Amino acid sequence: MKKVVTYLVAFFVATTVDWGIPHLMPGNPVEIYLSRFNISSNTQYVALQKTISESFGVNVPLWQQYLDFWKGVLHWNFGISFYETAPVTHIIAQAIPYTLALLVPAILLSYFLGNRIGAMAARRKVLDNVVLPIGYVFQAAPYAWLALLLAYVFAVRLRWFPPSLGSNPGIAVGWSWSFILSALHHWVLPFLSVFLVSFGGWSIGMRNLVIYELETDYARYLRSLGASQRLVRRYAYRNAVLPQLSGLALALGVVVGGNIVTEVVFQYPGLGHLIFLAITNEDYFLLQGIFMFIIIGVLLANFVIDIAYVVIDPRTRLSMTGATA
Amino acid sequence: MSVRVEDLKIYYTTLRGEVKAVDGVTFSIGDGEIMGLAGESGCGKSTLGNGLVFLEGRMRHAGGHVQLDGQPLPIGDSRAMEAFRLRQVSIIPQYAMSALNPTRKIGRMTADLLKSRGVDYRKVLEEFKRRVRLVGLPEDVLDRYPFELSGGMRQRATMVISTLLNPSLLIGDEVTSALDVSTQRAVGEMLMEFRDRGYVKSTVVITHDLSILAQIADSILVMYAGKLAEKAGTATIVNNPLHPYTQQLLASLPEVGLRYDEAPLLGIPGRPPSLLDPPKGCRFRERCPFAFDKCVEEPPFVELRPGHEVACWKALQEAQVPGGPMVAQEAAR
Repeated sequence: MKKVVTYLVAFFVATTVDWGIPHLMPGNPVEIYLSRFNISSNTQYVALQKTISESFGVNVPLWQQYLDFWKGVLHWNFGISFYETAPVTHIIAQAIPYTLALLVPAILLSYFLGNRIGAMAARRKVLDNVVLPIGYVFQAAPYAWLALLLAYVFAVRLRWFPPSLGSNPGIAVGWSWSFILSALHHWVLPFLSVFLVSFGGWSIGMRNLVIYELETDYARYLRSLGASQRLVRRYAYRNAVLPQLSGLALALGVVVGGNIVTEVVFQYPGLGHLIFLAITNEDYFLLQGIFMFIIIGVLLANFVIDIAYVVIDPRTRLSMTGATA
Repeated sequence: MSVRVEDLKIYYTTLRGEVKAVDGVTFSIGDGEIMGLAGESGCGKSTLGNGLVFLEGRMRHAGGHVQLDGQPLPIGDSRAMEAFRLRQVSIIPQYAMSALNPTRKIGRMTADLLKSRGVDYRKVLEEFKRRVRLVGLPEDVLDRYPFELSGGMRQRATMVISTLLNPSLLIGDEVTSALDVSTQRAVGEMLMEFRDRGYVKSTVVITHDLSILAQIADSILVMYAGKLAEKAGTATIVNNPLHPYTQQLLASLPEVGLRYDEAPLLGIPGRPPSLLDPPKGCRFRERCPFAFDKCVEEPPFVELRPGHEVACWKALQEAQVPGGPMVAQEAAR
């Protein structure tokens, strides 16, 4: 199928870019790594540099590195992090639960609530006058600003929630009640900041789409034939949700990349925070590994939505089967 | 008389004031009559037609009343109108080709619509299929999406859906305007067929195309700038129009067998006046070649001959002298 080829090409190009970008960054990760140890002797330094370059596989020519990278990708092995000196997959695996637990509920909940509230605002003047300004404020609020505001009010002033980290450092990570409670407690503020911003976006988008759909010819026709408001609204909602759905796909696709700003503000140990660390430390392999996750996530989410679209929107079936109207 | 419209006024509310799109019109349509409603763009004919079915947000029922089958039709009250729509009054909209929900199969959409009107779809399904075949569509369009049909097919499907519950009054708003000539004819014949079979009692066909009306309409009502100009039987309007506007509309139509490099087609110079602040007196005065001092007063819409009503001072004067009204027509040629 044509679509599968498109996805394979996209995967290849994205992977190549993923490999290339860290190598284009200025600076040398080996030197940064070495600068952490206080090495005074020059010969020692050169020797160490050589060993380290070899052990990380950066002593070979670029094309060789590129092939090695592909070999790694196919074996699900992204090398070893300079910074943590642990396998990249291992580090990512530790961060992923935090990111997923933070973003998936925030995005899904804001999507469903935003669509509902937005659709309601589209037809009730009073609600519209409330939802629209609030929605605009949230949507336009930079994550960092909103996150800081939440942290200041609820953590610093009211002291209801902790201002940073994913859980209490005194409690061992694991399936214990005390850990889960602590993690939940730390989760609330980052969740709220992501939820509010995307809620604003969804509800405003949905409001506009529903208003547009209620003005379309088919809605006018139904009304002039005396169809109930319920039917007209049901049709409008159904048709308005279609564009929102592709937005959801994109949002879910980049979930694996975490939300850098929010996670940095709250020191939340998810993938976004990890990206931040990887970039500041010029950690090639970690960065490549995380980006690989994002690439696969985005492609997978798009693929799923492509299929879902065919089920939901009959118009797309035509282009899939190549029939003509 | 199945439809009586009396002194009906429909205004548009705009930021600059009220646009008097329909400004006091009175007429009636008989059972089984197809009445053509003609005029240039912006003279209020669509507003009048649509207003009888569905007043949109900006439209306001500013006066007058409508009777349908002896009962008052509450056109100003959208809630109360709901019960009448589709059952008693119905419309084939100007946008008939895009009137169907793109993401619903046509049969499913019709079922949803009927259900919301409290009609059992299964009971009318057989009749629905019969009528779909009658307009020359295959029965399986009910299982298709609108985008799988051509524009003409969608229009025919819309015609069938609009008339499914046998309304007393059907408004066809520019139903032939976007079609090629042979399809126009077919659609016109369908409207006559619907009437002959009793699917609809009275029909109003809104168009700027007098030639299609000459084929299908029993009578023609000409509107100008929100007012009635002339109403008569189709043959009378075509052969013996009294209002200068009607005469000029007809003169701007091509005629078979004439060569127009020899006798060029006449248009009507000028444009209809703004309805925001319409001129006093006869509204056609500015563009009328026969205008005289009497025309600053508003002409009454009177029956000059049996079944032939006109709003024109000149026609009124000529009707009072022997052999009169024909002269105006001669002069227009």
